[in-house]
Amino acid sequence: MPGRAEGGASRIRSRVMHFGPHLLLAALEGLVTSAVLALTALGLSLVFGVMRVVNVAHGEFFMLGAVLAWAVSTAISGHPAIGFVAALVIAPLLVGLVALVAERLVLRRLNYNPEGTIVATIGMLYIIQQLALTFYGPEARPVEPPFSYRILLPWFGYSGYKLSVVAASAILLVITWLVLTRTKIGLTMRATQYDRETAQAFGIPVERVYAGVFAVGAMLAAIAAVLIVPISQAHYLMGQDPLLLSFIVVIIGGLGSLRGTVVAAVLIGLSDGIVSMFFSPTLAKIIATLVVALVLVFRPQGLFGTTSR
Amino acid sequence: MRDASPATTYALHIGVIALLFALNFVLPDYHQGLFARIMALAVFAMGYNLLFGYVGLLSLGHAMFFSAGLYGAGLTVYHLGWGVPEAFIAGIACGALLALVIGLLALRTSGVAFMIVTMMFAQVFYLLILYFAAWTGGDQGLVIQQASRVVSIGAASFDLTDPTVRYMSALALFAVVLLITLAIVRSRFGRVLVAIRENEERTKMLGYDTVANKLVAVVASGAICAASGAAYALLFGYVGSSFASIQYSILPLLWVLLGGAATTLGPLIGTLFMYYVTDITSGFTSAYLLIVGVALILLVLFFPKGVLGSIRERWLGWLP
Repeated sequence: MPGRAEGGASRIRSRVMHFGPHLLLAALEGLVTSAVLALTALGLSLVFGVMRVVNVAHGEFFMLGAVLAWAVSTAISGHPAIGFVAALVIAPLLVGLVALVAERLVLRRLNYNPEGTIVATIGMLYIIQQLALTFYGPEARPVEPPFSYRILLPWFGYSGYKLSVVAASAILLVITWLVLTRTKIGLTMRATQYDRETAQAFGIPVERVYAGVFAVGAMLAAIAAVLIVPISQAHYLMGQDPLLLSFIVVIIGGLGSLRGTVVAAVLIGLSDGIVSMFFSPTLAKIIATLVVALVLVFRPQGLFGTTSR
Repeated sequence: MRDASPATTYALHIGVIALLFALNFVLPDYHQGLFARIMALAVFAMGYNLLFGYVGLLSLGHAMFFSAGLYGAGLTVYHLGWGVPEAFIAGIACGALLALVIGLLALRTSGVAFMIVTMMFAQVFYLLILYFAAWTGGDQGLVIQQASRVVSIGAASFDLTDPTVRYMSALALFAVVLLITLAIVRSRFGRVLVAIRENEERTKMLGYDTVANKLVAVVASGAICAASGAAYALLFGYVGSSFASIQYSILPLLWVLLGGAATTLGPLIGTLFMYYVTDITSGFTSAYLLIVGVALILLVLFFPKGVLGSIRERWLGWLP
């Protein structure tokens, strides 16, 4: 016990000494988490917003994206950038295909009943996870980053790749926002979200919109996973944390609200990064989960959402 | 629902209990142990069924009630050296108290929000167990020694590690909970719960306090699940955080769906069947989660009423 107290004291001293740079590092790490989280949560939010389906298997689509990224990048020889770019294209497409099949075979037959689909997506979660364990194995495997440039800050060097992840995610979020608000596809999606029956009456192919949204939701998770896999390795259980964090983000941001999702992702990512650096990650998760559960209990429309339908 | 005479209903349930009693003397050692486990876990499923089947509230967090009982009993024995009966009661009390708090909060929501809220509270509970690993043993868990699992009543003492004592204890708990469930379901209170499931607004209009009734159901369900957890800790001598993980919230849902939601005997059938399926398949494949996943999807697609639910619909309308 005395040894532990001493260690704690020295840790506090070093924390005081380098507090500023430490905080900056924590904030940068948090920003990377936010970027990936925003993409993943956006997928979950789209699926819930348009289809009213709570996709519990969303984290497994994320994991599948990472595992496929590893498979594609190891199958392609040459410069790591080639393998990475190939993975960035192929892995999300394959995941989208899997999601499409799942939607066709299961969700549509359940007529998108909220409780039935939750049970069914729990089933998908177990199936995908077990198949990954069987064919990919229990090891965590890295994917080489496409480039390894380090940005030198006065206190520490920081990975250029990590910052490019933030940029890539921001670009994708803007594209999604433009598609949703400025194109005909976005209009049909919003119409379906607003009122399914009326949309159908106006000739919108609701079932096709649902299939597309489910596939796109899964693909967003897969893209996020491909981006993160050079930083955090691919593992068959890696989908659980993103699922929980995405739930948290979507609930705090207000279900189906893009702006709220992004704001909440930044908020959660940053606070997760900072709290985990100074306290135990478990404690950070406990607090975040508890706060969100209470938000859902007392403010079900989320902190930024307007009304829940 | 056609009503059978109470005599037929009680005869059926007493018959099932008698059959399980007789099986103790027939089953080979290995299956005797498996059946003791199944009966203890069927109690968990019955507690889940009370809320899911009869009130129609789908919780994704019942692992926290099970593990509240598990740890409530296990930790008092391990750290405080309590006797088995006191620890068992402590476990149930922990579960009931937790269910009261969670019920007060979670019942403010409904539908999908209720599922997510219960799942998140359960996740918090699971993480707390990991966080306080110094007391709970974290994911390694704790083993409760054989010496502290002996019940002395007067001059007689029962060793819960003895297979027959263990089987009979599990059966006793199962029988008591089965009869309690049956009594609840046949009571006025039980009918109000079903009315809430069918149409909450109408039940409210008829003058019933639906929130209070649901809260009582949550506490009863939590207490029954905690009883199962407490029994599990005391009978099998192990507490661990895996029992609090999301998987143990999904399993009772699967067992109840399989056996038939809102049937008194469905949870036993579901647990029995699923336990044997995983036990047999684990002999030649480790892909047991795959079976759980496929079973969930097939059930929800093709047999949403489960085994006994379908039987009741086709042939035995009086089945409780």
